[in-house]
Amino acid sequence: MTLPKLGVRSVLVERGGRPILAVEELDVQAGEVLAVVGPNGAGKSTLIHVLALLERPSGGEVLFDGRPLRGSLLPYRRRMAVVFQEPLLLDATVESNVGSGLVLRGVPRDERERRVRHWLKRFGIEDLSGRSARTLSGGEAQRASLARALVLEPEVLLLDEPFAALDEPTRRALIDDLDRVLGETDTAAVFVTHDRSEALRLGDRVAVIIGGRIRQVGPPTQVFSAPADEEVAAFLGVETIVPGYVRSIEGGLAVIDVSGRRVEAAAAAEVDGEVLVCLRPEDVVVSPAEDHPGPTSARNRLPAVVRRVVNIGPLARVDLDAGFPLVALITKQSLEELSLDAGSRVAASFKATAVHLIARHSRLHEPSA
Amino acid sequence: MELIWDGIREAFRLIFTGDAEVYEITLLSLTVSGAATAIALVIGLSIASVLAFRAPPGRTLALSFLNSGMALPPVVVGLVVAVMLWRTGPLGQLHLLYTPAAIVAAQAVIATPVVTALSVVALQTLHPKLRLQVLALGASRWQAAWLLFREARLPLIAAAMAGFGAAISEVGASIMVGGNIKGSTRTLTTATVLEVSRGNLESAMALAFILLALVYAVMLVLTITQQRRRAS
Repeated sequence: MTLPKLGVRSVLVERGGRPILAVEELDVQAGEVLAVVGPNGAGKSTLIHVLALLERPSGGEVLFDGRPLRGSLLPYRRRMAVVFQEPLLLDATVESNVGSGLVLRGVPRDERERRVRHWLKRFGIEDLSGRSARTLSGGEAQRASLARALVLEPEVLLLDEPFAALDEPTRRALIDDLDRVLGETDTAAVFVTHDRSEALRLGDRVAVIIGGRIRQVGPPTQVFSAPADEEVAAFLGVETIVPGYVRSIEGGLAVIDVSGRRVEAAAAAEVDGEVLVCLRPEDVVVSPAEDHPGPTSARNRLPAVVRRVVNIGPLARVDLDAGFPLVALITKQSLEELSLDAGSRVAASFKATAVHLIARHSRLHEPSA
Repeated sequence: MELIWDGIREAFRLIFTGDAEVYEITLLSLTVSGAATAIALVIGLSIASVLAFRAPPGRTLALSFLNSGMALPPVVVGLVVAVMLWRTGPLGQLHLLYTPAAIVAAQAVIATPVVTALSVVALQTLHPKLRLQVLALGASRWQAAWLLFREARLPLIAAAMAGFGAAISEVGASIMVGGNIKGSTRTLTTATVLEVSRGNLESAMALAFILLALVYAVMLVLTITQQRRRAS
């Protein structure tokens, strides 16, 4: 295995004597995009500052190419680039802003101009090159900021919520551009965001940070389908998290008792174990109660009562009572067809594979030493 | 009224007939106050960078002292510097008393709090994260300082103007530590005081007009530098 491009070991950052970041181990490989996702105040920006060598942690170390840093930090910083949430452009033209990092590195004018032109074009702002940075819109400024970072051809690119302040269409276009650019380079990128969809979209791997600690790291599908604990699950948008009890394993499926209802799950579990049953709202299908279940692969079909219907854009969120609280996302069309209202009786179905189980750390059942 | 016109006429005569003494005095005023402002800028920007970017504990207290320093009476500064440079004083060995260097020192003491206090405010107007962004771009400490000073150049040049204004306009300290010695430490302000005390109001008026013209010329250059739109 190749050495990670950038990593941290046992890093601790304190503010006012209180730990705000404690990361045992986190690495990013060349050519890889590591998306770090977490709620506001989770320590994401602090992590970026530590990785960018802009803040010295009170404990632990940063590794570059797998080795501890030696001597001045400047040569290391010059192999990286950082894009912050605010574009933070200097009071100069777009062109000279994009070239500023190259000037600091003493890159000759000819080469500088060539590279700047290339990246201005790459981010579609070549027409703005002579404009004062003060006159740019938010999206244009962030494009300039991305070009300013990528023109450096950095070995490591650190992105601290670069799209958080942008409107939706601008954000989507810019994410597409960045995704394409990162796909073409060998740059190791750490992309920090509070937005789960951005993390899913850009990350080759996803790390979930909550309360200053990395709770889970893995491929996006794994992290999103199998959150490590309750808080991770809740943050990642798993709406239904209910306690259950594993009755038996039948034909490879765990049979779980959830508030007296039988739920089957295609997930590893121990008989007699306590678990948290996790279900994403988009995996729950709502159908009329009297309907005969046609040929369906949904193993679980529970009678339920609608408690509440909330419109969220093109979708509706349906809070159900299936003996336990259950949340479903359905389209506007199904909402009208089913004429759902509080009190409506329905059937809630979901596949056994949609159920994710988190083993409960129930110390009461552990044999005492 | 006639006195004013006579003064202006005399000022033009002195300037255009190339009066050697007046040129010498004017040049000394400019170099002494320029040097004092330069020293104040070096000290002031260093202190201001620490206060603005590092936000050390006790910043507000330090700022309150600096702000009080803006109203430092030149006579008090002159007295303290004179005592320091006195033959038997702590810096007496340097034999600087009654030299232009002594005036530079005194004026630097007067200008430094002005430049520092206004520079702190100037740097605080920058985005708090801009320093991090500049460092993240690969700037060394000096490169970062240069970029940030350039970014805050409008209010920083204003700070320099205020410092130069405080230095060139004071007279009490210059007389005390310089001694108003003809051909050595006589500046426009001290010469004006002397002419008034001699009753030569016409010459005094002429020197005063030259001082005003000098101040205007320097401020004009600084203002043009300040207001010039970024070329590159």
